[in-house]
Amino acid sequence: MAEAHALTKKDFKSDQDVRWCPGCGDYAILNCVQGIMAAIGVPKHQICFVSGIGCSSRFPYYMNTFGFHSIHGRAPAFATGIKTANPALSVWMVTGDGDGLSIGGNHMAHILRRNVDVKILLFNNEIYGLTKGQYSPTSPQGLKTKTSPMGSVDRPMDPVSFALGCGATFVARTIDTHQKHMEQVLLAAANHKGAAFVEIYQNCVIFNDGAFDAFTEKSVRDDKTIDLRPGQPMVFGKNHDMGIKIDGWEPVICPAAEAQTWRSDTHSPGPAFVMSQMDSNPQLPRPIGIFRDVQGPVFDTQIHEQIQRARAAKGPGSLEKLIYSGETWTVK
Amino acid sequence: MTQSSARDAEMPLQHFESVVIRFAGDSGDGMQITGNQFTHTSAVIGNDLATFPDYPAEIRAPAGTRPGVSGFQVRFSSSDIHTPGDQPDVLVAMNPAALVVNIRDLKPGGIVVVNTGQFADSDLKKASLTSNPLADGTLSGFRVIEIDINKRVTEALKGTTLSSKEVQRCKNFYTLGLMYWLYHRPLETTIKWLEEKFAKRPELAEANKLAMQAGYNAGDIHELFQGRYEVLPCTSMPPGTYRNIMGNDALAMGLVAGAHLAGLQPFLGSYPITPASGILEALASYKNFGVITFQAEDEIAAICSALGAAYAGCLGFTTTSGPGIALKTEAMGLAVSVELPLVIVNVQRGGPSTGLPTKTEQADLLQAIFGRNGEAPIPVIAASTPADAFETAVEACRIAVQYMTPVILLSDGYIANGAEPWMLPRIEDLKPFPVKFVEPNPEGGFLPYARDAKLARPWAKPGTPGLEHRVGGLEKAHLTGNISYDPDNHEFMVRMRQNKVMGIRDSIPTPNVFGDSTGDVLVVGWGSTHGAITSAIEELRKKGRKVGSLHLRHVWPLPKDLDKIMACFRSVLVPEMNLGQMARVLRSEYPQQNIISYPKVQGQPFRTNELVKKIESLLEK
Ligand SMILES: Cc1ncc(C[n+]2csc(CCOP(=O)(O)OP(=O)(O)O)c2C)c(N)n1
Ligand code: SF4
Ligand SMILES: [Mg+2]
Repeated sequence: MAEAHALTKKDFKSDQDVRWCPGCGDYAILNCVQGIMAAIGVPKHQICFVSGIGCSSRFPYYMNTFGFHSIHGRAPAFATGIKTANPALSVWMVTGDGDGLSIGGNHMAHILRRNVDVKILLFNNEIYGLTKGQYSPTSPQGLKTKTSPMGSVDRPMDPVSFALGCGATFVARTIDTHQKHMEQVLLAAANHKGAAFVEIYQNCVIFNDGAFDAFTEKSVRDDKTIDLRPGQPMVFGKNHDMGIKIDGWEPVICPAAEAQTWRSDTHSPGPAFVMSQMDSNPQLPRPIGIFRDVQGPVFDTQIHEQIQRARAAKGPGSLEKLIYSGETWTVK
Repeated sequence: MTQSSARDAEMPLQHFESVVIRFAGDSGDGMQITGNQFTHTSAVIGNDLATFPDYPAEIRAPAGTRPGVSGFQVRFSSSDIHTPGDQPDVLVAMNPAALVVNIRDLKPGGIVVVNTGQFADSDLKKASLTSNPLADGTLSGFRVIEIDINKRVTEALKGTTLSSKEVQRCKNFYTLGLMYWLYHRPLETTIKWLEEKFAKRPELAEANKLAMQAGYNAGDIHELFQGRYEVLPCTSMPPGTYRNIMGNDALAMGLVAGAHLAGLQPFLGSYPITPASGILEALASYKNFGVITFQAEDEIAAICSALGAAYAGCLGFTTTSGPGIALKTEAMGLAVSVELPLVIVNVQRGGPSTGLPTKTEQADLLQAIFGRNGEAPIPVIAASTPADAFETAVEACRIAVQYMTPVILLSDGYIANGAEPWMLPRIEDLKPFPVKFVEPNPEGGFLPYARDAKLARPWAKPGTPGLEHRVGGLEKAHLTGNISYDPDNHEFMVRMRQNKVMGIRDSIPTPNVFGDSTGDVLVVGWGSTHGAITSAIEELRKKGRKVGSLHLRHVWPLPKDLDKIMACFRSVLVPEMNLGQMARVLRSEYPQQNIISYPKVQGQPFRTNELVKKIESLLEK
């Protein structure tokens, strides 16, 4: 069988030409995901990538796995159907900030609250890429685009806060240009049983170039981001000399020695939510890493358990049982 | 109760061929339960029957008002019948509102049983009445039986532990008992039902039994009626095993059976909506049959989950009504594009928009056939009676898997909630149509958009080695399924999908003509007009008219040779509960035929006599 040898990154490259703009952050994500697939050791015929519509949603075509490029915003529903139909599959969903949070916000909320065992990668470029540069629900206020020539007046939403609010059991954030970090986060997501939500900051070179430069540029990244590592002190900075602690209700910068230890498994998602809201304070570093990682009952597993229970209680169904049930009578 | 036998009604134990009773009361009065119980008992003793529940959209409209009236009409017969009857022989009215809303339908000389316990001035006011219909002549020409059911039930349940409110809730069983007495029916079926229904509250089972028994005894003791009536079992029903079935239940069972015959696990993605929710509810109870039900967050997610499940190798179903269909449209286009089997059920109701949620209509036909962006052909089939919904659902599954296509299955509110005896198919007569998934690692590679003789593409299940492939809504190249913007390929694929769907014609029979196969008028129907059309044709042929009818299960593509059949008649009449949508389709397909549309859009089914009159008017021309 083709899968007998250990799979490499190359095995996951499909024969289709990748059609993103040169320099698009999507390439780096594709590269990283192909590497992860080789690492997690699931045979490629057991993997299915599902997406909606957008530049990001072209992703499945470039993976040599099963794939479904569906319709705008609805990928969570397709993924739920696929995973529930066949829980043995490893199901990955790729979406954008528009696809996943605007037209598909409703479905995103529900796949997360149901805890369907699907790995969700939301490529956030704070813009509608495929339709050529309109503002999105994550665009900052004031962003000038073709549909907001005087600046967008919409208040943006934070994808991590949203996912936490929906009761997601795994929530993380990473950056397209930070391959090593992305790798760690995606591996953790892959190992999570249940819905795993990963926001990936992704640069759109054409319509929103440099949207994240203020904290992702290599020269400032260590000082301007903090990596949330469960069980580790919240230390950041080039020299590992700064820390974060929650002072009263607010996160504040403190000397590294006073940094609080990060916990992603608290009973309440409250602490994770507080960290996710650091985005709106430019004084604070941007948190990346693992916000939340807890176990919860898994939707697709439970559905099949109920079927097993019903079969045990009533016996498996047959056509005879189906039709010749209830009160019947005979005409001779 | 035919005209000739009405005169004999003075005598004890009269036989009637067929009787129509309408139970009417407040939505809180339990009229649907009463009607269903009467139906069930009649089914079990072997009558042919048809029912027509008619209830308000509000769960509890203000008590005692006209909008709050809920009705259940049942016709039971010793001969073959096809409709719940045009006019009730008996009206049971639990309050003034129920009386005034329904009295105009009662047959002249018919019996009206009135609960006088609910006729205080305040009750009349709630029904917007300025005078008492019991005294103002409204009921002249009818045989009025006045009973204070409120009081009788209170007496009957004296000594029970029930509160007076709970006692009054047993009124409907008193009424049921009375009707059981009048029509000579056994109480056992209902007693059994009560014991099961109230297994956890035996005092309620007991009270309802007492109330029913009291109603039954009242017939004897109080000499309310001059005699009792009997409708013997129907002997003209073909031999076989029967059960009483509602349309939604039959449809749900048909979907399960269809998946079984295809050898697939069924997956239903659905979102509750009247009058389709019953199918989701029924399928949710079939878990031991392996049915996966997913109550999605909306209709879009419902169809998308079902299509996802179809990609993964399940037989996908989604069930809804008009407004839900509107939401599913984009995903239906995707189903056409990815060519996966999917059954989309539309239990039609009055539209547009929210329209008349609890009433029936057939106005989604053109939407079903044509209502998508792009060239997006989908086959459409329609159930014609509650029992027929089973077979039609099986047929929808067959077409879906054999042609790798979404299929729209139309039902409507009249079928969904109506009931009739169903002659159960013999298991060996249900022909399997097993699905063959693509085998692992096919020699020479896998082409997801190759075609078989039916033009269907192969179904490759994720999880199968060597078949990794991508599908989506972008145009695909012939054979490989890779994204293609090539102009010639696009036209080729558009025509391919169209030809595939039109090719379904080759696998469907031309329906038989009922009645005369040549003559003056051919009535062409589809969906739930079947009963009324069949009855009308029977009646006219008894009068020696040369008429026939043709009922379409496959409404798109249409079966072959319809033009040859139509050509044998002077004119073709198409009655439908819309403004003439099927007539429009037939005219465009068969421009040389003389097609006359007969629309009715009142949220109510056709009556037999309306059709008889219409056909007679054509015969006179
Ligand atoms: C129903 C529907 N509405 C609108 C569109 C047009 N459309 C396609 S992608 C898109 C936005 C994509 O933005 P995002 O999800 O952020 O993806 P990106 O291209 O930025 O990766 C829109 C509006 C569509 N394809 N379908
Ligand atoms: S438009 Fe932006 S997001 Fe889309 S491919 Fe180009 S760079 Fe990437
Ligand atoms: Mg975007």
